[in-house]
Amino acid sequence: MTAVEPAPGAEKWVGQALRRKEDPRMITGRGRYVDDQVVPGMLYMAVVRSPEAHAKITSIDTSAAAGLPGVHGVFTAADLDLASPLPMAWVPPGVEIKTPEHWPLAKDEVKYVGQGVAVVVGEDKYAVVDAAEQVIVDYDPLPVVVDPEKALEDGANLVHPEFGTNQVHEWTIGGGDMDAAWAESEVIVERRIVNHRTAGAPIEPRVCIADYRGDQLTLHLTSQNPHLIRLFMAGELEMSEDRIRVIAPDVGGGFGVKISHFPEELLAAWISRKVGRAVKWTETRTEHMSSTIHGRDQIDYVKVGAKRDGTIVGLDCTAICDFGAYFTLLTPFIPSFTGFVISGCYKIPNLNFTARGVFTNKMATDATRGAGRPEATHLIEMMIEQLAHELGMDSLEVRRKNFIPKEDFPAEVAIGIVYDSGDYHGSLDKLLTHVDLDAFRREQEELRAKGVYRGIGFSTWMEICGLAPSRAVGPAGVGLQAGFYESSTVRVHASGSATVYSGTAPHGQGLDTAFAQIVADQLGITPDMVDVMHGDTGTGPFGLGTYGSRSLAVGGESIARSTGKLVDKAKQIAAHNLEAAPEDIELVDGKFSVKGSPDKGLTLAEVAGAAYVTMDMPDGMEPGLEASTFYDPENFVFPFGAHACITEVDVETGKVDIVRYVAVDDCGPAINPKLIDGQIHGGITHGVGQALYERIHYDDDGQLVTGTFVDYALPSAADVPSYETDRTETPSPVNSLGVKGVGEAGTIAATPAIVNSVIDALRPLGVDFLNMPLSPQHVWSQIELAQGRGAPGDPGKQGGSWGEHGSGSAGSGPTSPSEGGAL
Amino acid sequence: MATPVRVTMTVNGEQRTSEVEPRLLLVHYLRDHLGLTGTHVGCDTSNCGACTVHLNGDAVKSCTVLAAQADGAEVKTIEGLASNGTLHPVQEGFWEHHGLQCGYCTPGMIMAGADLLAKNPDPSEEEVREALAGNLCRCTGYHNIVKAVMSAAKAEVRA
Repeated sequence: MTAVEPAPGAEKWVGQALRRKEDPRMITGRGRYVDDQVVPGMLYMAVVRSPEAHAKITSIDTSAAAGLPGVHGVFTAADLDLASPLPMAWVPPGVEIKTPEHWPLAKDEVKYVGQGVAVVVGEDKYAVVDAAEQVIVDYDPLPVVVDPEKALEDGANLVHPEFGTNQVHEWTIGGGDMDAAWAESEVIVERRIVNHRTAGAPIEPRVCIADYRGDQLTLHLTSQNPHLIRLFMAGELEMSEDRIRVIAPDVGGGFGVKISHFPEELLAAWISRKVGRAVKWTETRTEHMSSTIHGRDQIDYVKVGAKRDGTIVGLDCTAICDFGAYFTLLTPFIPSFTGFVISGCYKIPNLNFTARGVFTNKMATDATRGAGRPEATHLIEMMIEQLAHELGMDSLEVRRKNFIPKEDFPAEVAIGIVYDSGDYHGSLDKLLTHVDLDAFRREQEELRAKGVYRGIGFSTWMEICGLAPSRAVGPAGVGLQAGFYESSTVRVHASGSATVYSGTAPHGQGLDTAFAQIVADQLGITPDMVDVMHGDTGTGPFGLGTYGSRSLAVGGESIARSTGKLVDKAKQIAAHNLEAAPEDIELVDGKFSVKGSPDKGLTLAEVAGAAYVTMDMPDGMEPGLEASTFYDPENFVFPFGAHACITEVDVETGKVDIVRYVAVDDCGPAINPKLIDGQIHGGITHGVGQALYERIHYDDDGQLVTGTFVDYALPSAADVPSYETDRTETPSPVNSLGVKGVGEAGTIAATPAIVNSVIDALRPLGVDFLNMPLSPQHVWSQIELAQGRGAPGDPGKQGGSWGEHGSGSAGSGPTSPSEGGAL
Repeated sequence: MATPVRVTMTVNGEQRTSEVEPRLLLVHYLRDHLGLTGTHVGCDTSNCGACTVHLNGDAVKSCTVLAAQADGAEVKTIEGLASNGTLHPVQEGFWEHHGLQCGYCTPGMIMAGADLLAKNPDPSEEEVREALAGNLCRCTGYHNIVKAVMSAAKAEVRA
């Protein structure tokens, strides 16, 4: 099977919609995921987890389990002798964060359902689950706190009594003068916008195999950043890093949840060292829902002030952020991303964003696809349409009036961040070439007359990604305790093919193909001749991994720079052979030749042959053809776009159907359009999931009631339409490829387009604000309420008011993540 | 442990016989006993379909079938779908139309798509979407999966 074929007449590989190099093994069942692997003598591990949301552990009896045949050990927190707890990597200058110690097994108390209490290892993967059931744990229940707003009230039950409060931190970013903004505003709109808790839910759960032998630890792990995991484990296990190898082979999706360092890989490694056998742990889906990080969970109190002509004067948001009981790697940092893009696509002179973190008796939240930026887009784009309605203006007119104009880029917004490039008017204009708004409005009227309710909603979005740059994100910047460059090594072999080692850790993005396209163009070979390696700390330089839409803009640029170094060397070797000056050598049709004499030249194989056999080399030149780069960019990159969604609502049942979804996105010049479209399709669907179906729900006792895919509804093929996608290409000045990220774009953009469209559909019925998820029950209830009809019981609501908002100045009724059910 | 049971089945054309625990799931028999790791497990509750295989010519979720229930059956897994080095049209469609990203749901998705086309060689888009509703994908948003299956249908209908 040939992986790629050139398009007829195409001069470059970059820009072509090549099919992927990764696919042949995956479509034939020959992928190599962690759970597919077997290490001789391997034991299986099962985790005994807390059924209580908050309780004192009064006793643990492991004797029955330990006595079962085939069981090799039962361990509790008392057995562990780790040097340090699990890490949280954010130390913001000048901000106090209350950080509880997070150990891989509960000591004395459990603080959320699903927290690990004991582990069992044994010979057989079924028997070890049986044995785990024989571990008898006695609990003395303690008061539970579930609602993050109630958690902040005086006298609330405390998750960590030693802190004297459930408030984790308060972090603010802003610019301008909010008092002046409100004084100047002619219209002020306030809303309480709930961005509820969701699950990342890759279809592959988390899996690890820890294999400690001969003082070396090999850890096979479903990870988005194996190099950092190695660094952390070295500290916890008091091993030197050189004796640990972490390998992330084929990884079955991540969506952020495989960034963090979790208890299970540390436990498996510690036990492997203890018992002298390899240990495998495979997460069940229920464990994934209870004990792998969740995302979102912000309640945003938003206030926007504007002039009557639609000019926005100020925006303020206070976010109540439910972090759960313990932190994973980035937990308290995530809402800061909402703050970084609180200006959206708009020129807003006065801005304030404050995040207040809260402990509750739940699993931790952390990065899931978009991480803070979907929350920002949602609140901004909801408020734009709420404001437009209040002003009696078209929402697109409000957007156009406030867009940062193309000629302002690079554009510094009021909070001090500089957007690299953009053309917001351009993407909206292009969107409207696909969506005839006047025609839709006519159709909408006609259909309403027949009792069919359709609406249209928009989202003109931007985001900040390409993490990097270290000076902004690292210890001297916002305070993450790491650099955020990306590494690469490019090795041209003696026979003229190449291997690329990247510090990124892709898990579905198709980067093997995209990276190969970049390198192939630079070296004058085909992408088939470029092998891309990643996700293995045993090969290639230290890298930061794949998340935050960084792999192409940071990792790809690193590879382009390494390859550039090789091209310079190749030109010197060719010049030496052709008796010319290196600056006169160019790469034409796969040959390094003298300008104007393309017939006579050296292929890459001939150059590499000279470099490795050391024949005909310039005096003093090192042999070999290999280069490395640690690339740390000067700025982030800022993708953007414009989305429109048309929905139809069955007003009898509240069911929402997506009729059309049109997306125009800009991530700079396309390396491979096929991969970009794929990322956008998947990203939008992730947003559809949050807007319509998905919600992690804990009841008032802190019991997780969405613990399987039976209760937690991922969208299926039957729930979504085919999408219409288009692009504009505005290069970023930050990197030589001009590229921006695209992995999170669809998810960052989608939810407000969907919710705005449902509101647009239901305005004639008096519904003019909605919080997610738009379950049939929730939508129907809101219609009933708006129509002044009595409110039959909504099982998803416990004691909450029916009112979700009021039009005009205040968002009233409470809709917290523990209310307004998706059930 | 309960008394093992003897199972014999034809897997990808080859007869296999094993002594297994009565509670052993078919998916674990395929993966752990036969080394056919192309069939994946994603949810444990028959929602995600990553474990889809063909049992006597029908797509089933092998996490919901006991190995003992498959005694005497014909089983086809993703590893047995291509014949003599020629990809099944659905596999070709997935490759050509970027119907996969992380690849984890892909074997089940392809087996479900192949089952549909065996029974309905020229489905509408809606029929494809309905037929795949029992298989979850978190990466692709289904757009290109649907395209892949539709293109395979056209290729088969033309052939």
